[in-house]
Amino acid sequence: MSFPNLLTVPKIDKIGVEERVNRFCKRSIKNSSKTHGLHLALSMIDLTTLDGKDTPENVKRMCYKANHLHDSLQGIPKVAAVCVYPTMVKYAKNELKGTKIKVASVATGFPSGQSSLDVKLSDTKFAVNEGADEIDMVISRGKFLAGEYNFVFDEIASIKEVCGKAHLKVILETGELDTLDNVRKASEIAIYAGADFIKTSTGKINPASTMPVTYVMLNAIKDYYKKTGIKIGMKPAGGISSAKIALQYLVMLNETLGHEWMNKDLFRFGASSLANDVLMQLQRQESGYYESIDYFSKD
Amino acid sequence: MSNIDLNKIWNYTTANESKDHILLKEKYDLFINGKFVKSNSRKYFNSVNPATDEIIAKISEANKEDIDLAVKAANSAFKSWSKLKAKERAKYIFRIARMIQERAKEFAVIESMDGGKPIRESRDIDIPLAANHFFYYAGWADKLEYAFPNTSLEPIGVAGQIIPWNFPLLMAAWKIAPAIACGNTVVLKPAETTSLTALKLAEIIQESGLPKGVVNIVTGGGKTGSEIVNHPNIDKIAFTGSTKVGKLIKRSIAGTHKKLTLELGGKGANIIFADAAIDQAVEGIINAIFFNQGHVCCAGSRLFVQESISEIVIEKLKERMSSLIIGDPLDKNTDIGAINSKEQLATIKKYINIGMEEGGEIYQKKCIISETGNWCPPTLFLNVSQSHTIVQEEIFGPVLAIQTFRTIDEVIEKANNTPYGLSAGVWTEKGSKIFKLTKELNAGVVWANTYNKFDPTSPFGGVKESGIGREGGLHGLKAYLKFK
Amino acid sequence: MARINVLKTYKNFIGGKFPRTESGRYFQIKNGNNELLANMCLSSRKDFRNAVVFARKVQKSWQNKSSLNRGQVLYRVAEMLEGRKSQFIEELMMTGLSKLHAKNEVELSIDRLIYYAGWSDKFQQVFSSVNPVASNHFNFSLLQSVGVVSVISPNEYSLLGMISVIAPIIVGGNTCVILSSEKNPMVGISFAEVLNTSDVPAGVVNILTGKRKELLSHFASHKDVNAIIYCGDNNQEIKEIQHLSSENLKRVKIYKHKNWDHNSSQSPFFIETCQELKTIWHPNKV
Repeated sequence: MSFPNLLTVPKIDKIGVEERVNRFCKRSIKNSSKTHGLHLALSMIDLTTLDGKDTPENVKRMCYKANHLHDSLQGIPKVAAVCVYPTMVKYAKNELKGTKIKVASVATGFPSGQSSLDVKLSDTKFAVNEGADEIDMVISRGKFLAGEYNFVFDEIASIKEVCGKAHLKVILETGELDTLDNVRKASEIAIYAGADFIKTSTGKINPASTMPVTYVMLNAIKDYYKKTGIKIGMKPAGGISSAKIALQYLVMLNETLGHEWMNKDLFRFGASSLANDVLMQLQRQESGYYESIDYFSKD
Repeated sequence: MSNIDLNKIWNYTTANESKDHILLKEKYDLFINGKFVKSNSRKYFNSVNPATDEIIAKISEANKEDIDLAVKAANSAFKSWSKLKAKERAKYIFRIARMIQERAKEFAVIESMDGGKPIRESRDIDIPLAANHFFYYAGWADKLEYAFPNTSLEPIGVAGQIIPWNFPLLMAAWKIAPAIACGNTVVLKPAETTSLTALKLAEIIQESGLPKGVVNIVTGGGKTGSEIVNHPNIDKIAFTGSTKVGKLIKRSIAGTHKKLTLELGGKGANIIFADAAIDQAVEGIINAIFFNQGHVCCAGSRLFVQESISEIVIEKLKERMSSLIIGDPLDKNTDIGAINSKEQLATIKKYINIGMEEGGEIYQKKCIISETGNWCPPTLFLNVSQSHTIVQEEIFGPVLAIQTFRTIDEVIEKANNTPYGLSAGVWTEKGSKIFKLTKELNAGVVWANTYNKFDPTSPFGGVKESGIGREGGLHGLKAYLKFK
Repeated sequence: MARINVLKTYKNFIGGKFPRTESGRYFQIKNGNNELLANMCLSSRKDFRNAVVFARKVQKSWQNKSSLNRGQVLYRVAEMLEGRKSQFIEELMMTGLSKLHAKNEVELSIDRLIYYAGWSDKFQQVFSSVNPVASNHFNFSLLQSVGVVSVISPNEYSLLGMISVIAPIIVGGNTCVILSSEKNPMVGISFAEVLNTSDVPAGVVNILTGKRKELLSHFASHKDVNAIIYCGDNNQEIKEIQHLSSENLKRVKIYKHKNWDHNSSQSPFFIETCQELKTIWHPNKV
């Protein structure tokens, strides 16, 4: 893992990005395309609960929901994973035994990342030992904005080491990075330092994920693939609350990275209420009626 | 619920804009003196949907007598229209703007059916810009003393206006709005292949209460156009179209009192520097040449890419072209629609053949071309030079000629090496480079880090053989005023 | 038995809502026969303070809207006022105007709104410049909104006068707090209802009713207000404003004239009054 050459990182024009994103949002996804897209979206969700007030009980309930999204709808896929705090990992693992649904854990002093490296390492090791399949870490934004890129790189590389078999998602917290140029730079650093996935946000601040930052990150992944042949995954998190928005993200993914990325091994949605909206849309595709949330379980 | 195979490629099904709500007559007559009247020629020609080859409607062919009637009506209306209080004139024009907004979807659908452009473009660009143009110039009507301080201003009289088929409603707005805001009256001829939205605009003009004769819409082909150009009682000619016809018109009116503005062809240079925001520049290339199927006078049809990044730019360009969807203009997902007419398609094909014969390396997006309708896939020509025909002559289609350059002075020289001078694009993240280029490029419109952007407040027009005069903005008023 | 009318309660217009004055006080407007027309809110300095908070909160986003958008909003206000023409004519007649004068005032008000709607995307072109400096720089000057403006509305032409001041302020991207005419404050609040239904974002225009002698000093001294417009010719009041505005050097504009119905009472210079000029330099050689 070598440090990327930040001088060759392309500049980003924000207005140009917004215009491109706008084109994605103009696509009209209907009928069988819509159904296909909704299924894809469901299969890519990391169902998430990251509250200070989480207890084993509500985590277990969410895991049940993950495995039983809406039993009355036939043939729908399960979500990709659940995402919880390290102390909740073992309850999630237990509840999801026998299913293919992964357990992702946040770590490294989530969400602020303002802890010492030692604390971050032991936080990660703990989550991995508890059984987490995936680790979602946060980068040190303060260090990044201060220009200490080597520090940020080294930190990610250290965490990657203790992940072992667990795959590593690196959260850039794009809402704090100020410019799209910074998002691109941070993406390069994360990818070169060993990220399996780059992720937009913790979901704890505003703005969380947006389509422009996601677009910039997808392009970083594309350029890396061209150079090395290695495919990195991407996860937008927070702010994707409706099926409509999720479909727009999928259009963007489809037209930027293409079919090879259109699966849960390379793309995830970090979302809590998205699943129910997708289910409502799928139900409407079948029944022809606009649905009410009353008919879908909230866990 | 059928089982979806998530391993299959995700395709977009067609998402056609509905045609149910639009109102189209079978036959359209001429709009003269506030009424729809049969032409004296008694002749009709077909307006064809270029995507399906279907006849949409029959359009009247105006002859010399009809033009005479229209000009008489315009001259008669001018007497009262020019004397009407400016703020009351403005209110009619505001009404027209509002009514276009109210019927926006219908206009967008008809524009796409008649001309071939994707509904996404007519809905999101053409129609809103047209409405905003009327809105903008309505506001100037009672403010002219501030546009040109210390002058005594008068409207010119009757304006004869001839517009092209690439932005039918928008071009009608660009011509009519400033003309009538300044107190002139108008005889306008839309292009032969795209008369419908102008005729629908005539309906709105009628409904707005605009006094009869202020705007007259006469349809027909080249012959009708020359009747207008040569009519002795027209005071000003405004023409948008090919440079060839523009020169013809200028010759025709030599020695007469007629004023003239021309908006003609171009061969825009789109210049990408190594320090550009590359992905956005690639998007800019796409917008510059494939927007409206390249039927744009200011299209960035000559790409100049700095040698150090040429390989990566061309690679990204080809990749980006693969996600462009060519299809039915009424499909909301269509990026590239139909070529406007069989004639134009033949012209484009002719140039593509010339390009290949002259040794250019051709690259075309693979797509399924239907038997009916007029289609041309997005096309690149690599390894061409300023000496190649396809780099010199305007093709007016989705064909991009690509050259590389090494230094700033070299690219400025090459970009300016053309009798045209309508538009240019510059892509660099360095501010001083932008100002240097924008200063040195011989073009009426220079886009920096963007392309094909239009706004009613922004003056548009060319230098050299790309035309005379500006449309849009404060400066666009000049064309329709006499300084006493 | 004749039908009993429902009388309107006139409240202040602050932050897009219609609250009563926090002071709970009132003053009465009577007609020529000494009959009660309305109990109006006697606004306090706290109402003014609250209004300024709203005006400040939304000013940046109002300024950042496109000129096109602001122009369309103003045109919408004209559409709404035209629709309510008879209501306003009646309301003006209640304070003694003849029907002819009332009709004239309302029609001029609508036309003036349209006039300024039309300026929204043009005044910049009239007042900006590209400056041919001697050094190798591209240099340009353009106008930017001054920010939050407090306004003492004209007492004569309660409707037309108020609109003549509000329209150029907001079309230029500023937000404002207005003190209604003391002669006919009712029509000011009714105009607030028109603003409220016209896509004008909440807080862009705030309208209070009350007494000049109580509120003038606050309108003039508030340090988060960037400019004050005073319509009137009372030299005492003018002096007080000029004195108190020195606290934060807010821009002061005094309109002494009373012929708001005249063409000279509309021009792009009314817009320019609430604008600042910004000049920008950039090297132009590589």
